[in-house]
Amino acid sequence: MTDLMKSRVVLGAHNVSHVSSSDFPHNYDGDLAWDIEKFKKNFKVVVGSLNEMDMEFDLIGIDAAIANAFRRILIAEVPTMAIESIFFHDNNSVLFDEVLAHRIGLVPLNADPRLFEFRQWDDTPTDLNTIVFRLEVKCTTNPKALPDEVDPKQKYINSNVYSKDLIWQPKGAQEEVFADKPIKPVHDDILLAKLRPGQSIVMDLHAQKGIGKEHAKWSPVATASYRLLPDIQILKPITGDDAIKFQKCFPKGTIEIEKGQAYVANPRKDTASRECLRHKEFEDKVRLTRVRDHFIFSIESTGALTPDALFESAAQVLIDKCKNMKQALNDMGLPATYDE
Amino acid sequence: MVMQEPAVQDENGFDTYVNGGVPSTTGPKIEVVASNESDPGAATFCIRDEDHTLGNALRYIIMKNPAVEFCGYSIPHPSEYMVNLRIQTDGSISAVDALHRGLDDLINLTSHISSTFQDKVQAFK
Repeated sequence: MTDLMKSRVVLGAHNVSHVSSSDFPHNYDGDLAWDIEKFKKNFKVVVGSLNEMDMEFDLIGIDAAIANAFRRILIAEVPTMAIESIFFHDNNSVLFDEVLAHRIGLVPLNADPRLFEFRQWDDTPTDLNTIVFRLEVKCTTNPKALPDEVDPKQKYINSNVYSKDLIWQPKGAQEEVFADKPIKPVHDDILLAKLRPGQSIVMDLHAQKGIGKEHAKWSPVATASYRLLPDIQILKPITGDDAIKFQKCFPKGTIEIEKGQAYVANPRKDTASRECLRHKEFEDKVRLTRVRDHFIFSIESTGALTPDALFESAAQVLIDKCKNMKQALNDMGLPATYDE
Repeated sequence: MVMQEPAVQDENGFDTYVNGGVPSTTGPKIEVVASNESDPGAATFCIRDEDHTLGNALRYIIMKNPAVEFCGYSIPHPSEYMVNLRIQTDGSISAVDALHRGLDDLINLTSHISSTFQDKVQAFK
């Protein structure tokens, strides 16, 4: 097994090879057994960008199995709060109750899910497992509108129902707990429905804690994804007009030219389109690869928690899963027979 | 965090709201479905309410154990929420110990990723 196969995924013109990791004991020479100290030495995190909603960072020195567990947990198993039950008192808008309810369920809320409990199906709602909202909107004609007005926003009052119309009704200790950050939808301007004079929507809404596995409205991320760091290897010098053509095969900034010779300036910008492999002049001159243990991770939050808090929650979910399993093994009389 | 809740059955005997609201198949969290009494080094574990998230991560970390000769997992049917995990060791440890060791390693690995991540985020802020 060559070193190339051990550490790189190789992109061919018509195939991708050496995709799976092979660094397991007995596969080839060297100490490949799991060693946490060795892992700690190799593992790196590099934060590229971070704000309230988005984050990009590199995880270097882990296997795809672990990176993928984090990605999957972020999408499906980190809990958030979302509106689950809606009690309609009135809805004569053009949207059916169930369509409107589904729309409203998808509105992200800014409530911190860590301060709430899951509500089981036979639990009574309490201030620890339920957030109550009230929505009461009636559309009327605007008496001040000019007779030839055509813009519905001017002609009518409350012609659009927005997420900001969801009014939080604090229960129990909630007012105190959320004094610094009153609960409301993350975005005020999500259009929920359109009304015309005489139409109205009146409803009570209950939000609950849940996870994306049950319904996507509870997924805390818009996307959580990773890609492998591209590694473009120029095997023989590419010069002159070829260098310019080569440069044009990649997104701007990936390849630069110095003294007529192409070199790799920023491989992160490469989209791995493999365009350069279509041209005969670059045959045997370039090898496109990706670093198998270098993950460029990106998390886009829906707004309830910051992306870094989401990643930490995901780690906790994974640890809890393992602890649950160990507990289940112990409970059925299969404890570990070594000293932990 | 998502905790494993005991199965709750409705009046029709269907399980509801297990594992953070996601309905599950009935049965214990984990079972040994195929093992030879005379060879504790080989066993297949049937793990309920888990999927590729834990299955593949566990497979990776168990394969990293030099005493393990084979480890693989499968999801036998997409509408049954369970994972079958097969472990065969060289006989120096039992399959149950290999699984325990894998879980311990995975916990340590995840803790280290989490703490390194938090340090770097703090430094970045």
